[in-house]
Amino acid sequence: MTARAFLIRGLIAGLVAGIATFFVAYSVGEPHVETAIALEESGTAAEEAPTDASHDHGDEAAGGHSHTHSHSHGDEGEDTEVSRDSQRTWGLLTGSLAVGLALGGIVALVAAGTIGRMGRLQPGQSTALITLLGFVAFALVPFLKYPANPPAVGSGDTIGDRTALYFGFVVVSVLTAVAATYVALRLRNRLGTYGGVVAGAAGYLAVMVVAGQLFATVNEVGDFPADTLWFFRRASLFTLATMWGVIGVVLTGLVGRLYAAQTERAQRRALAASL
Amino acid sequence: MSQVSAVPVAGAPSVPTIPFGQLAPWALFFGLLGTLVLFFVSTDQGAVSLLAGTAIHEWVHDGRHLLGYPCH
Ligand SMILES: [Zn+2]
Repeated sequence: MTARAFLIRGLIAGLVAGIATFFVAYSVGEPHVETAIALEESGTAAEEAPTDASHDHGDEAAGGHSHTHSHSHGDEGEDTEVSRDSQRTWGLLTGSLAVGLALGGIVALVAAGTIGRMGRLQPGQSTALITLLGFVAFALVPFLKYPANPPAVGSGDTIGDRTALYFGFVVVSVLTAVAATYVALRLRNRLGTYGGVVAGAAGYLAVMVVAGQLFATVNEVGDFPADTLWFFRRASLFTLATMWGVIGVVLTGLVGRLYAAQTERAQRRALAASL
Repeated sequence: MSQVSAVPVAGAPSVPTIPFGQLAPWALFFGLLGTLVLFFVSTDQGAVSLLAGTAIHEWVHDGRHLLGYPCH
């Protein structure tokens, strides 16, 4: 059990998670991205709002839009155009793999620091718990405050504020989760596991509810169709859940095997020594 | 009734820990590298630009939206 062994396993888990995330994002999310871009380009989101639930996003995606989609950020000199076909395939794959590898490695190193330090949890168990806490603190709770937005929702003028708010909230959430976990482990000695976990979870919840009230609300939805917005956000949540879920499953499995192999070696050595 | 589970199983090895001193260089190096990668996918050439142009932003554009980061 070394930091290196954890990092390698984290990168493997991240690679698998990145690939899985791409397929989920492509099949579940891209149809709604295409719908949003079509609305954005027609510039008449209100008029194009579907009146029945039978409109089919699949047709749009299958129609093969080849138009490019680039932002007008104003003062930037040369705007690089990437075709929609590239953005939704190789571009999406690049982003998914990069985020998967980065998160997988970071989660694995955090898990490496917590094995043997989380009560009686076995290495695989504490690794699974760390990944779950990572999903809640880094992805789920920030999403509840600042949900993902499709293209066409959001003004380019406010990207600075929105980015600062989003990552500010992520930092508060992650730091609070770390503190709450530490407090839960300390209180566990006095209150037992049940009391410690309840106290830690309640503390995290209390801080994040207050933070959620203090951080400014972002609402730039305008008259963007509600159903497309919901479909996109649900797809985004599926994408994030896939990323963290696959990292958790693969990394937990690999760490569990690593520990089992090491335990077996140690036992064999002990047996040999006793003979 | 749960008394039994509170007692470590005889002969079961205690869970090993990795000393923080051994972990620190790995955490520092990969923490920075991973954060940089996350920054390029999530933020660069949007609110903040480390590299000029819009190529990275455009290339990872859909991932940025679907992974929940502020983009437009
Ligand atoms: Zn965008």
